[in-house]
Amino acid sequence: MKKRIATVSLAGCFGCHMSLLDIDERLLDLLELVEFDRSPLNDLKRFTGPCDIGLVEGGCCNEENVHTLHEFRANCDILVAVGQCAVMGGLPVMRNAIMHAEDPLRECLETAYLDSDYVLNPTNSIPNDPALPLLLDKVYTLADVVKVDYQIPGCPPSGETLWHTLDALIAGRQDRLPYELIKYD
Amino acid sequence: MAETFTFSLDGGKISAHPGQSIMEAADAAGVYIPRLCDTEGLKPQGSCRVCVVKMNGRTVAACTQPAKADSVVESETPEILGYRRDLVRMLFHEGNHLCPICEASGRCELQAMAYRLGITQSTKYPYLQPVRPVDASHPDIVLDTNRCILCGRCIRASRDIDGKNVFEYVGRGIHKKVGVNGDNLADTNVSIDDRAIHLDICPVGCIIQKGRGFFTPIGKRQFDLAPIGGEEKGHEE
Repeated sequence: MKKRIATVSLAGCFGCHMSLLDIDERLLDLLELVEFDRSPLNDLKRFTGPCDIGLVEGGCCNEENVHTLHEFRANCDILVAVGQCAVMGGLPVMRNAIMHAEDPLRECLETAYLDSDYVLNPTNSIPNDPALPLLLDKVYTLADVVKVDYQIPGCPPSGETLWHTLDALIAGRQDRLPYELIKYD
Repeated sequence: MAETFTFSLDGGKISAHPGQSIMEAADAAGVYIPRLCDTEGLKPQGSCRVCVVKMNGRTVAACTQPAKADSVVESETPEILGYRRDLVRMLFHEGNHLCPICEASGRCELQAMAYRLGITQSTKYPYLQPVRPVDASHPDIVLDTNRCILCGRCIRASRDIDGKNVFEYVGRGIHKKVGVNGDNLADTNVSIDDRAIHLDICPVGCIIQKGRGFFTPIGKRQFDLAPIGGEEKGHEE
């Protein structure tokens, strides 16, 4: 039976998903072995059933991210943190520790929407629409929120690294990344 | 040279002479013991503990422990590799190590050590995410202390080679940090030509020379090509 895979990008940039496309023609091999459930690759927004493997890109920066991550944990047997943002917060985590800031999140938003010389914002307000997911006080890693089974470092992990990992996970084989595929950048 | 003796390192015979540390003797024999706070040309201080080995069953720092005749030293054992991985992991968790945006990435010894030790597994430690200052006051040099691992290599280079004492430890315990001899770096007599500022002194991206970031393309950087310490060992986790 084909393995079922779900993927999502939380507080990420979709770079890790783009990197998955870098496995090139092996995508065809992959599709022989797996069926994609919820994923931006097929635009399915909800789980249609339990999955074998969940690939999560990005950390958690808002309450929707946390909600989605809990859904992934509940529906996926194996949950994989993909990329530096999922593993340790990545670039979004820079807002957790801003030098001399009493309230880093407020300072970050003020710089982004009000104070910067490069901002044109006629309402002079920070976006606050009820439809926007509520921002968390800090950016959290996946492991801060749920149990993570595996992590693939890299920004993004190369197509080769993702293939190597997926190949082993799908075959249920214990494996490790060779030296040249371990990258934190 | 004075009389020499031998000791065993992971089953191999290493010869040493009195006064040599385990690491010096191993280096002379071409056997690499991982290290971060020790580097050639500086006095060893044994603070990072990444060079931890067992000598006759006791854990010691190979860079400061004098070699002893007929002793049995273990280095690349699962137990010792586990210690090293935990030590390196804790360094990653104690500071703010954002490899994707760091100009030292690819030539960073901390990162290279993690690669060598094969650290890819989920972590059991929390990320401390400390708020630490960036000192860009000097015209030629930036200090991004988010990346500092307190190895003290800049301290020893400035004190023992440059004779300037620009850097020093301040504080204790978790509050310990490397301070500069002035309100900020621009107030000190540091110069871009100091040994302490040389690229091979800071093992991470804390001491940065302005105007020359990302000078080696990805794929050609120091540790893109070969693991730190040469031949890869102890990868298994």
